Amino acid sequence: MILDYALLKFIWACLILVLLIGFAVSGGFDLGVGALLPFIGKNDNERRLILNSIGPTWEGNQVWFITAGGAIFAAWPLMYAAAFSSFYIALLLILVSLILRPPGLDYRGKLPSSRWRSTWDHCLFLSGFVPAFLFGVAIGNLFSGLSFHYDDTLLPHTTGHFFSLVNPYTLLCGVVSSSALLLQGALFLQLKNHNPIYHRAKKAAHTLGYVFSVSFMLAWYWTIFKTEGYHVLAMPAADQSFTPLNKLVIKGLGLWFFQYDLYPLGFLAPIGCLLATALALTFSAYDRTVTALFSNSLAIGAALLTAAFTLFPFILPSSSNPNQSLTIWDAASSPLTLSWMLGATIILLPIVLGYTLWVYRVMRGKVQDTALTQSESY
Amino acid sequence: MINESLVDLSRLQFALTALYHFLFVPLTLGLAFVMAIMESVYVMTGKVIYKDMTRFWGKLFGINFAMGVATGITLEFQFGTNWAYYSHYVGDIFGVPLAIEGLMAFFLESTLVGMFFFGWDRLSKVQHLAVTWLVALGSNLSALWILIANAWMQNPVGTHFNYETMRMELSSLSEVFFNPVAQVKFVHTVAAGYVTGTMFVLGISAYYLLKKRDLAFAKRSFAVAAGFGLASILSVIVLGDASGYTIGEVQKTKLAAIEGMWETEPAPAAFTVFGIPNDKTQTTDYSFKIPYVLGIIATRSFDTPILGLKDLIQGNEEKIKRGIIAYGLLQKLRAGDHSQTTKAQFEAVQNTLGYGLLLKRYAPNIMTATDEQIHQAALNSIPKSFPLFWAFRIMVGAGFLMLLLFAAAFYYNAKRNVEDKRWLLKLAVCGIPLPWIAAESGWIVAEYGRQPWAIGEILPTFLGVSSITTSQVVLSLVSLGILYTGLLLVELYLMFKYAKLGPSSLGTGRYHFEQGLP
Repeated sequence: MILDYALLKFIWACLILVLLIGFAVSGGFDLGVGALLPFIGKNDNERRLILNSIGPTWEGNQVWFITAGGAIFAAWPLMYAAAFSSFYIALLLILVSLILRPPGLDYRGKLPSSRWRSTWDHCLFLSGFVPAFLFGVAIGNLFSGLSFHYDDTLLPHTTGHFFSLVNPYTLLCGVVSSSALLLQGALFLQLKNHNPIYHRAKKAAHTLGYVFSVSFMLAWYWTIFKTEGYHVLAMPAADQSFTPLNKLVIKGLGLWFFQYDLYPLGFLAPIGCLLATALALTFSAYDRTVTALFSNSLAIGAALLTAAFTLFPFILPSSSNPNQSLTIWDAASSPLTLSWMLGATIILLPIVLGYTLWVYRVMRGKVQDTALTQSESY
Repeated sequence: MINESLVDLSRLQFALTALYHFLFVPLTLGLAFVMAIMESVYVMTGKVIYKDMTRFWGKLFGINFAMGVATGITLEFQFGTNWAYYSHYVGDIFGVPLAIEGLMAFFLESTLVGMFFFGWDRLSKVQHLAVTWLVALGSNLSALWILIANAWMQNPVGTHFNYETMRMELSSLSEVFFNPVAQVKFVHTVAAGYVTGTMFVLGISAYYLLKKRDLAFAKRSFAVAAGFGLASILSVIVLGDASGYTIGEVQKTKLAAIEGMWETEPAPAAFTVFGIPNDKTQTTDYSFKIPYVLGIIATRSFDTPILGLKDLIQGNEEKIKRGIIAYGLLQKLRAGDHSQTTKAQFEAVQNTLGYGLLLKRYAPNIMTATDEQIHQAALNSIPKSFPLFWAFRIMVGAGFLMLLLFAAAFYYNAKRNVEDKRWLLKLAVCGIPLPWIAAESGWIVAEYGRQPWAIGEILPTFLGVSSITTSQVVLSLVSLGILYTGLLLVELYLMFKYAKLGPSSLGTGRYHFEQGLP
């Protein structure tokens, strides 16, 4: 093995964060556009222009989500097992919404009936908004902890239910994530369209930007000062292989501030997020849409970084049995698996980024009315 | 104790969602290559009709592709939501091919499929052709990694058990990658995909020929499908035979169950063409056998006997007894006894641990299992023969019917009088469902034949489930059932509508319905 196991575990935590940011940034275009569809598109022609803005790129964007899922499975199998079975109903809702997306986009334009099309519009709205909102709810639940424990065979027993996942705090987190992703979608529409869609998208971006900034600050404050945090008191050395049954964790108010106390540089993440959002709104107002989109992507990255930094080293705290919380140190795969996966990622991810950028470059420019006459368009 | 209804419902949900997903995957695999071939001809000859062919079959590809993508997400999610212990126990190995599949294949296929549809005017001819080939390549690479993961469930190589983390861990990725089961499975499955794609094109083109519409378009499509299809169906059959040989080596139980073979067959073993396996009396009634054939398929020899189910059950009973010892040693290790002797003793019997775990279903405490419980576990250590026996024969039967169909299509196409052979055209239309029947039956043979294991001889299926409630699974099963049924109806409606409309749907003005013809 070339790398130290502890370092490998840390690198994988960073890589999963990168994949999730990749999903939020690019999937944000599609989820945001889907959720904004009925509000920004006033008639069928406008709605088709909106859908054709993401037409050539949404399928690739969606793969970030699939790949992040696969990477969590391979790098953090314990997380995959415990989190997915705990979020059963929430994931079912996300799943049903995501399943509606591909047929929604591909089938909507295949029949002329207006009832057919408006039914798919509703589906596309749900398939954009529901996941965008529930991702935030899920992240909120990471901070308050899920109710689960392990038996001696390491089967995770989940004891919570769907409604225990929903409370004012986690709903606020849902507002944060949905406003961020909708903002991303609005800026993308601004980039890809002429008036009147351009103008409406710009207005929506403005409102969403404020909602995001305020809710983000509020959620940060609520997390740090009003939510019971978790802290590892003792555990085996990080370069060892061990299970979640081997550590001591305390739970209490103010503990989510611990990392900021230790590394005050961490404050740059939430501050950077707010600054980048302000920049995004300014550039959007001055019609510099590419820069606006770039700034908002940074804002989304910084928001997820804030969450990861605050949570560190936890990835899934257990509220019912804090000692058995999952951290990046005890939920990871074996060193050999992490090494192989790292090698594969180092080679493949740049290639993926390369052809993705090529596709965006080929499809650059605004969607024209004439595009709608082509048989392939949505 | 094991919650049997939770296990059954979770299995039912996985089986239904996987069979459903597999309605769309083979067509994607095959049609992508059909399109790539047609577009290559277009780029080489410059004849626009080949571009129209690529675009039209691409349209049907798109309708199908959307469903394939949508229903694949369910399968990935389900490992975590419904099979949490499975995910914990083998995620260290099983997750790797899934993650690499995303990075290497699914990204490629999905990112470029948008270029296939939207890039006609923005890319040069050669660039667009490269995109089409890369979509085809991506979908096939995707199948490769998924089948490497699946083959590992059938024949778990390159792995060892770590008692400290209570899970299987990777020892060699190259062994996982070069798993012999993975090799034959991959080629057999993608070739079956090409058969699906070509049968689809052959049947629909035959429909246009029968209706005497868009003849030039239909004849060329028919020709591509007949040529590529004949090559593909021959590969499927040859590689299916290779599959039989590999199964004979590594999955003896599956082979015996497929054959309804209760007693060990002396060499060279006979092949049972027909019979009714009775899982209660452990006999296969009304069987009709051809001598020697199975010996040749499964052992490539005339002197190797093939183990029957009764002997396999007896062997498993011994393995279960050793598994109890392995389980006892594991308990000692977990309790903190890390002495070299205990480790060495565990090492020696560790490969039977899975058999010990089989007892969890029958004995409250594995260590004190009675002989009766051990016997019961052994009796259930093989899959039921009846469904496997028939699923296999349906698959093979459909395969040979398609071979005849493709051979005739190829012959008359070469003689250039296929449009006069109305009987053949009608058969081609009726034959469209055949590849799906074969593929779904093949899936049942592969996955049901793996039972009672989720991971062959390592993790029993019933242990893999999450600790969720039965009502949660009922809820997801019902909602997915309703959603899937609705979407399937919509998909079929659109598929029929556009298949009937034909190339007129491209809006080029060159085809039947656009010229005001009846």
